[in-house]
Amino acid sequence: MSGANDSYDPKEVAALAPDILQAAVEKAREEFSSAADLDALAAVKPAHFGDRSPLSLARREIGALPPQARSEAGKRVNEAQAGVKAAFDERRAQLQVERDERVLREEGVDVTLPWDRAPRGARHPITQLGERIADVFVAMGYEVAEGPELEAEWFNFDALNFKKDHPARTMQDTFYVAPAGSGSVLRTHTSPVQARVLLDREPPVYVVCPGRTFRTDELDATHTPVFHQVEGLAVDKGLTMAHLKGTLDAFVKAMFGADAHVRLRPSFFPFTEPSAELDVWFPAKKGGPGWVEWGGCGMVNPNVLRACGVDPEVYSGFAFGVGVERALQFRNGIPDMRDMVEGDVRFTLPFGTEA
Amino acid sequence: MRIPVRWLVQQLELTEEHRVLTPEAIADAFVKVGLEVEDVHPLGPVTGPLVIARVAEIEELTEFKKPIRYCTVEIGEPEEDGEPAETTQVVCGATNFVEGDLVVVALPGAVLPGDFTIAARKTYGRVSNGMICSARELGLGDEHAGILVLPSDDDVAPGDDAIDLLGLTDSVIELAVTPDRGYCLSMRGLARELACALDLGYVDPAAIEVPAAEGKAAAVTVEADTGCTRFAMRRVTGVDPTAPTPWHIRRTLMLAGIRSISLAVDVTNFVMLELGQPMHAYDTSRLRGGITVRRARAGEKLLTLDGTERALVADDVVVADESGPIGLGGVMGGDHTEVRPETTDILLEAAIWDPANTARTVRRQKLPSEASRRYERVVDPALPPAALERAARLLRQYGEARILPGRTDEGSPTAPAPVVMAMDLPDRVAGVRYARGVTAGRLQQIGCRVEVGAAEDGTPEVTAYPPSWRADLAQPADLVEEVLRLQGYDTIPSELPKAPAGRGLTGAQRRRRAVSRTLAEHGYVEVLPFPFVSPTVWDAFGLPADDVRRTTLSVLNPLESDRHALATTLLPGLLDAVTRNVSRGARDIALFHIGQVVLPRAQSVPMPDPGADQRPTDEELALLREAVPAQPVHVAVVLAGTHRRAGWWGPGEQANWADAVQAARAVAEAAGVELTVEADTLAPWHPGRCARLSVGGFPVGHAGELHPKVVEALGLPKRTCAMELDLDLLPLVERKPIPAVSPYPPVLLDVALVVDNDVPAADLTSTLRTGGGDLLEDLRLFDVFTGEQVGDGKRSLAYSLRFRAPDRTLTVEEATAARDTAVAAATERHGAALRG
Repeated sequence: MSGANDSYDPKEVAALAPDILQAAVEKAREEFSSAADLDALAAVKPAHFGDRSPLSLARREIGALPPQARSEAGKRVNEAQAGVKAAFDERRAQLQVERDERVLREEGVDVTLPWDRAPRGARHPITQLGERIADVFVAMGYEVAEGPELEAEWFNFDALNFKKDHPARTMQDTFYVAPAGSGSVLRTHTSPVQARVLLDREPPVYVVCPGRTFRTDELDATHTPVFHQVEGLAVDKGLTMAHLKGTLDAFVKAMFGADAHVRLRPSFFPFTEPSAELDVWFPAKKGGPGWVEWGGCGMVNPNVLRACGVDPEVYSGFAFGVGVERALQFRNGIPDMRDMVEGDVRFTLPFGTEA
Repeated sequence: MRIPVRWLVQQLELTEEHRVLTPEAIADAFVKVGLEVEDVHPLGPVTGPLVIARVAEIEELTEFKKPIRYCTVEIGEPEEDGEPAETTQVVCGATNFVEGDLVVVALPGAVLPGDFTIAARKTYGRVSNGMICSARELGLGDEHAGILVLPSDDDVAPGDDAIDLLGLTDSVIELAVTPDRGYCLSMRGLARELACALDLGYVDPAAIEVPAAEGKAAAVTVEADTGCTRFAMRRVTGVDPTAPTPWHIRRTLMLAGIRSISLAVDVTNFVMLELGQPMHAYDTSRLRGGITVRRARAGEKLLTLDGTERALVADDVVVADESGPIGLGGVMGGDHTEVRPETTDILLEAAIWDPANTARTVRRQKLPSEASRRYERVVDPALPPAALERAARLLRQYGEARILPGRTDEGSPTAPAPVVMAMDLPDRVAGVRYARGVTAGRLQQIGCRVEVGAAEDGTPEVTAYPPSWRADLAQPADLVEEVLRLQGYDTIPSELPKAPAGRGLTGAQRRRRAVSRTLAEHGYVEVLPFPFVSPTVWDAFGLPADDVRRTTLSVLNPLESDRHALATTLLPGLLDAVTRNVSRGARDIALFHIGQVVLPRAQSVPMPDPGADQRPTDEELALLREAVPAQPVHVAVVLAGTHRRAGWWGPGEQANWADAVQAARAVAEAAGVELTVEADTLAPWHPGRCARLSVGGFPVGHAGELHPKVVEALGLPKRTCAMELDLDLLPLVERKPIPAVSPYPPVLLDVALVVDNDVPAADLTSTLRTGGGDLLEDLRLFDVFTGEQVGDGKRSLAYSLRFRAPDRTLTVEEATAARDTAVAAATERHGAALRG
């Protein structure tokens, strides 16, 4: 085997000398480092990777080496080549990071600028609160019933034990529908819906009736001729006034927090007997926790059950009603009811879509 | 009802524990048993020297614009040793008193209500050492026409402390009495309630021994159909017409807010406050012949005490003599027979009138009175003889009158029927186990006679015979309330009933919420306008004379006389809200309203009146429902100004017809229905910018820009737009989409088609959609172009089409073929030309 005796020209193979290779690597690193950006880096890249790069030229010389030295030289060239590539990659990564940072910096905006191009909308707090009240009862298993605002007197009064010409009828200042004697009124409460439900269904009945109601009160800070109520009715076997109280307690706790509870004061409504005024212990009351008058309630008068075809010997029931405007007034501390009815968007907008 | 506390407490048998009953404790007790306390007014406060004085000498000072008196008043009695009474001088601007009168003088150092400190001061050229007081200055009432002149009384002497004498440390309690408790419109009834609330004994002020009558006081006929169940009279003669009303009666009236008129009238009013029996005093000498209680006759008139001549109708019940009506039964007496300053012979009347009849007359004549307020709520029919006796005796005591032995007492009131109740019913209603004896005890306490027995099945029951003043106790539930309220509602526990299985909201309810939320999220603000409109709004809307929306129902008693019609559309209310917001400086407005409108039936259906004693028949109920007009729920929006605002991003965009139509599309989407939009002309919309909205081929509403004339007539912002649709007309759909989501890539192709201007975009879109076949996944109109390039009367509509196959990667060739089919259909149907 020949080999060691092969002639070679040391001058020709000087390019493969370790120090030369090292110098090529160093030079590449220097040039890469001095490339200020990715474009400059790309510009110097061919000089160190291309066919005419010192390492490519050096690799060509490997064949000139004696066979026993080739492997060693090849390894050296490869290492040098890897060194150049590492230097390049390192610099490129560095420059990419710099570029990305610059681009992102340049793309920066004033995030505090407003973007109120699309108009804001809102649902009326009366609607929202009415739904919220109804939802509390829906969660207790009640259904929501609705009915007409212009109502037969029979449903609004007669069925609810308001005797004809009784002062109780005039107690609720009623809008009568023309002509005189038409027998129609604008409902003074949502109770006629309860009568309609009782006439339509067999007990047990558990319903809440939210809706718009009407009384001939002039509009002022505490009255409005058009207002909203949510009334509830439960007719079942064995219902008691304790159940009424328990239901109302659960209701006001759901609305106003765990500390809220109700107090009943004896009163008179034709459709309930016994009847009670409904006060709420309102923890967030302006000026400190206290009682707030909120509505009326009682045990359904047997006359009402009879008029609606329910046997009062078998079934009993309770009913209650609360004013939504009133609730909004004390819950949100709104002094003037006119704000709720005039439709000024500045009043409604802050309530958004779900208050 | 305003009543002095001390008067009430007099009737109670106070125990040691209740010796000191504060007005607040009394108010709490009333509230506990169901009387609404509106206010507690403490009298005064008055401190310092307030004394009774006798006017000794009056010097009229004439040099001033108004009469001024310089008075010397005695503020003490002459001493026994002949020393004259102590006097002082006071300047007074009132003239309703003479020398010798007893008056009330606040001396220097006295402090009157309102923190009014009295001091000696020079006024009108004299030194005034105090003030002669009026009732108002003492906080006793509103009377300020003159100073308070007290009747002479042996028990009152100059120099006496007036604070005590006038009862200025008392309080007045103001109560609202519910319609079922007519008996509480009296001291008698209120004191009884108080006694029940505090579990105290009680003396009934109506327990007056009424002597047997000798003959009649007057000839009286009560006709049958008058609703007058009792009519009693007593006559007194020789009344001293100059006799003053005693102080305690005047004070009671004053504190109740009733004006003092004369002894006779004051006595009748006092007895009414005391016992609850309204009374009337006739001047006997002015009566002509016998008295008849009857229905009024056509054309009859009556000049009532308030000086108003009233035309009567047959439903009015009158007291009449031979000259005609002399009083309106249960409401007010007539002027002609009223007691005058010279009257000495008086016929007193105490009657029981029908509540409903009284209420009707009051409403018809618009004449509420102290009497009618009581009669409407039922007056104790056992009272008339006692009330007459009480009034006659007061006139004898204070007016030197002679009571004639005769008494008229026509009619016989029926006692309330007994009510039988299971003994444990109160327990079952309350959900409480009351102690044995509670039910019977409470019923006795309110005046019932009670029998305890057993029902046929052996269960204990109680029979209550309600007292004459409690006609409201008609069924077991009424007795239950009495037991529960007197035991205290606060003793009823709080217990949640077991929950029924609910079904949640209905589809319509969920849909309405979804629509509401959608509109809010699209930038609309909800308003809740009233439904009352003036019919002139239809003219402003430019509605034709026969437009169905002009057919409205009206309220008889509107708050604003011109706004009596009930809206058939939500737009007038919404547009009012626009105007209000604009007037308050808003410029960009988008409002919505969801609410009922009232649509009268073409043929009005008579309202049946089935009575309420039992369930109406199904036929009656059907008629009742039929007679109530349709009231569908509408949704409407209005918008004006810019809808997409200008800002640092660029200019804004004026709200336009398309926003209004888009609001309808948003509603339809929330409701899960497909909306069809077509051109239409309907007031109040702009005839060229009005869209008819339909669902399933059925019109449901309109949207677009309002007619410029409407905008002008209503003073709205230019280019105001509106949409309204009938939510109830949208079919309720349980939305069950079956989306097929293909994972294969789409082919996107654009196409621009030139069509005549009058081809609606919606039609062209629909044709392309159908023509594109199953492979056309979506298409979107992205540009509308008019100009020379497309030619006169034409426009170019540019669409981007997205094709996709469900089962493979679609080739461009397939997609192009599908597009060409679509374009061909458009060409055939609309003459569309592909734009090069």
